Amino acid sequence: MKTVEEIHKIREEKRKELDLRVNTSADTREKHILVCHGTGCTSSKSPKILENFKKIIKEKNIENVRVIKTGCFGLCAKGPIVIIRPEDTFYAMVNPEDCEEIIQTHIVEGKKVERLLCKDVDGKMVNRLDDLNFYKKQKRIALKNCGIINPENIDEYIAFDGYKAIEKVLKEMSQDEVIKVISDSGLRGRGGAGFPTGKKWELTKIVEGKQKYVVCNADEGDPGAFMDRSILEGDPHCVLEAMAIAGYAIGADKGYIYVRAEYPIAVQRLKIAIEQARNYGLLGKNIFDTDFSFDIEIRLGAGAFVCGEETALLESIEGKRGQPRLKPPFPAQRGLWGKPTLINNVETYANITKIILNGAEWYSAIGTEKSKGTKVFALGGNVNNIGLVEVPMGTTLREIVYDIGGGLPNGRDFKAAQTGGPSGGCIPKEHLDTPIDYESLKEIGSMMGSGGMIIMDDTKCMVNLARFYLEFTVSESCGKCTPCRIGTKRMLEILERLCDGKGTKEDLTKLDKLAHMIAKASVCGLGQCAPNPVISTMKYFKDEFEEHAIDKNCRTSECKAISKITIDPEKCKGCGLCQRSCPVNAIKGEGRDKRIIDQDKCIKCGTCLNNCPFKAIS
Amino acid sequence: MNETKCSQKIQDDFLKEIYKTYKPEKDNLIQILNEVQEHFGYIPKYTQLQLSGFLKMPMAEIFGVITFYSRFTLEPKGKYTISVCLGTACFVKGSQKILDRLKERLKIEPGQTTEDGMFSLDETRCVGACGLAPVFTVNGEVYGKATVQKLDQVLDELENKK
Repeated sequence: MKTVEEIHKIREEKRKELDLRVNTSADTREKHILVCHGTGCTSSKSPKILENFKKIIKEKNIENVRVIKTGCFGLCAKGPIVIIRPEDTFYAMVNPEDCEEIIQTHIVEGKKVERLLCKDVDGKMVNRLDDLNFYKKQKRIALKNCGIINPENIDEYIAFDGYKAIEKVLKEMSQDEVIKVISDSGLRGRGGAGFPTGKKWELTKIVEGKQKYVVCNADEGDPGAFMDRSILEGDPHCVLEAMAIAGYAIGADKGYIYVRAEYPIAVQRLKIAIEQARNYGLLGKNIFDTDFSFDIEIRLGAGAFVCGEETALLESIEGKRGQPRLKPPFPAQRGLWGKPTLINNVETYANITKIILNGAEWYSAIGTEKSKGTKVFALGGNVNNIGLVEVPMGTTLREIVYDIGGGLPNGRDFKAAQTGGPSGGCIPKEHLDTPIDYESLKEIGSMMGSGGMIIMDDTKCMVNLARFYLEFTVSESCGKCTPCRIGTKRMLEILERLCDGKGTKEDLTKLDKLAHMIAKASVCGLGQCAPNPVISTMKYFKDEFEEHAIDKNCRTSECKAISKITIDPEKCKGCGLCQRSCPVNAIKGEGRDKRIIDQDKCIKCGTCLNNCPFKAIS
Repeated sequence: MNETKCSQKIQDDFLKEIYKTYKPEKDNLIQILNEVQEHFGYIPKYTQLQLSGFLKMPMAEIFGVITFYSRFTLEPKGKYTISVCLGTACFVKGSQKILDRLKERLKIEPGQTTEDGMFSLDETRCVGACGLAPVFTVNGEVYGKATVQKLDQVLDELENKK
């Protein structure tokens, strides 16, 4: 247990010590070598890099250098990432064998290891992290501490205003005042639906009840999304603190974090964080010498997408099959074990402490009219800078894909962006300039979702993509209600027929009708949103669906059964690259001849398609 | 501890530890099953029966929970469980090719185990390493930026370890 004074002292002293992490002109002789330990970098050997650094520093007896494990820096495509502060030098794709050279050249001789410096998409070498285009347009609120602090050290969190918000709340604010600040900030649920957070808190507060619960939804099931995981891995304490604040606001003394068992690192860091917070008296009885007590437990999921739905999640915490409940009653009235329960997602909680400390006005000044603040997206797929980006609401898709994401690799054209995962939709090229917020995405047939954003180039077949999502929904449907259980299966069968070239024109009408029916009649969000990928792709890529159904042709050759790959003689320059890459020698022609594909030999593997520099093959 | 089916004695010993850590309350079921799955690689029938007594709930209900969640299995897994990520990011980057190759080489479908008990094949939905897509995991260890060649190499190594 630490006294309030001791916490203050830790904050003051540690903040001075860690100033070099955030201040490039910090007056110090010390250097901190930060090694990313997010899931991405960990799987490409960053723990070994950390170990090597420590070993070498010890062997060489180098002083004033510390090696620190941090959370995700965001630019996962360049991992493993090593950053040296205060100068903010960014080394990308570091191997464990490179440690020696970094220490010798950078630390001892004071020069940069040029071959390891990160290169921007345009090939320009970047000295500092902040110079990367990837970071320039970002605004980090939820991810503020990620990549700066050691997530397994509570002192480092405290140094950067950690547990300051809860102290302020407990000592200076009433429950209603807390709720008012959150309401005024305009923060909306970051799990996807965008329900106003302050309203949710208020609804849970006004319900009478001795026992109430605060739940954190960390069941990030949307494939292709890893925002929540990165927050838990990089800054677990900010979630704990926010949950305690929520507990105070609604009158609860117990919290549960429901986290996917597929995220072992996040689970581990949460466990450590909870333990440390308890030891410091920041969780438990009489926090900051007040009457307020709050404790948190972790509950592991077991692999079911539907458990991201709030009522299914509650069922799962209770140890049952994760099948959604009928609403109303809403969890605010009858949640966990029938008690009033507040459920928010990880990213929502990650904003809370910052809003409390900086004020509602500060937060509501960021973003658009109806969507305030920032949103974290997990940018993935066919884009150069794969990683985690946090941008103000209202940033356009074009800015995210081209300015931050660095465009598409291999000079390919943008075809669509998928947001919202299996519940969202595809955004085509013509909507690239739409400012992204909850309303605008809904208007164009997609949804914010939890923040997965997958970019697809022109080699991707939209019918096949719709099939992929339906396959997902069918296997994840809990089976409780008929429209979702049987309806999605029927939709999948139609899509499979289309991909196999066995579809008909009537199938398209049927598919459309079925989609709207399921959206209206399903019990929970999973079923209601399941047809979204189909509805949106059918809307924007109708011609592709018709090609599959009527002409039995897939223009991208992804649907192997019906694809026919041809070379456009107008565009072919006769370079022969396709010919050399063809594994079955199906391409004919010599010298500068225009090449022709022998359809009988072609196995439609698509290798030539990816190799043609003139995009002559389709 | 996942090569063979385990004896009742081994299960009893493990359950004794479980009874010490967990209170006999129904809502602990999933937590306990997670531990059993982790430890044995599957959830043996005998354990289900014992848990039914411990938690005072019908075995059918326990069975219902086990079959609902994809992490729980009723059959022992192979020595190496290979999971291919079929999340969207990996899908877009060609994870289907990885899965097809595995099916071809191991001659099993996802969810099955090879006859010699060496390999189990699984599909998983996003391990969160989207920056490295496509990925597959072998007993939880992530292999990123996967290609068919890289997969072959890994499989060769594992087969030689036999």
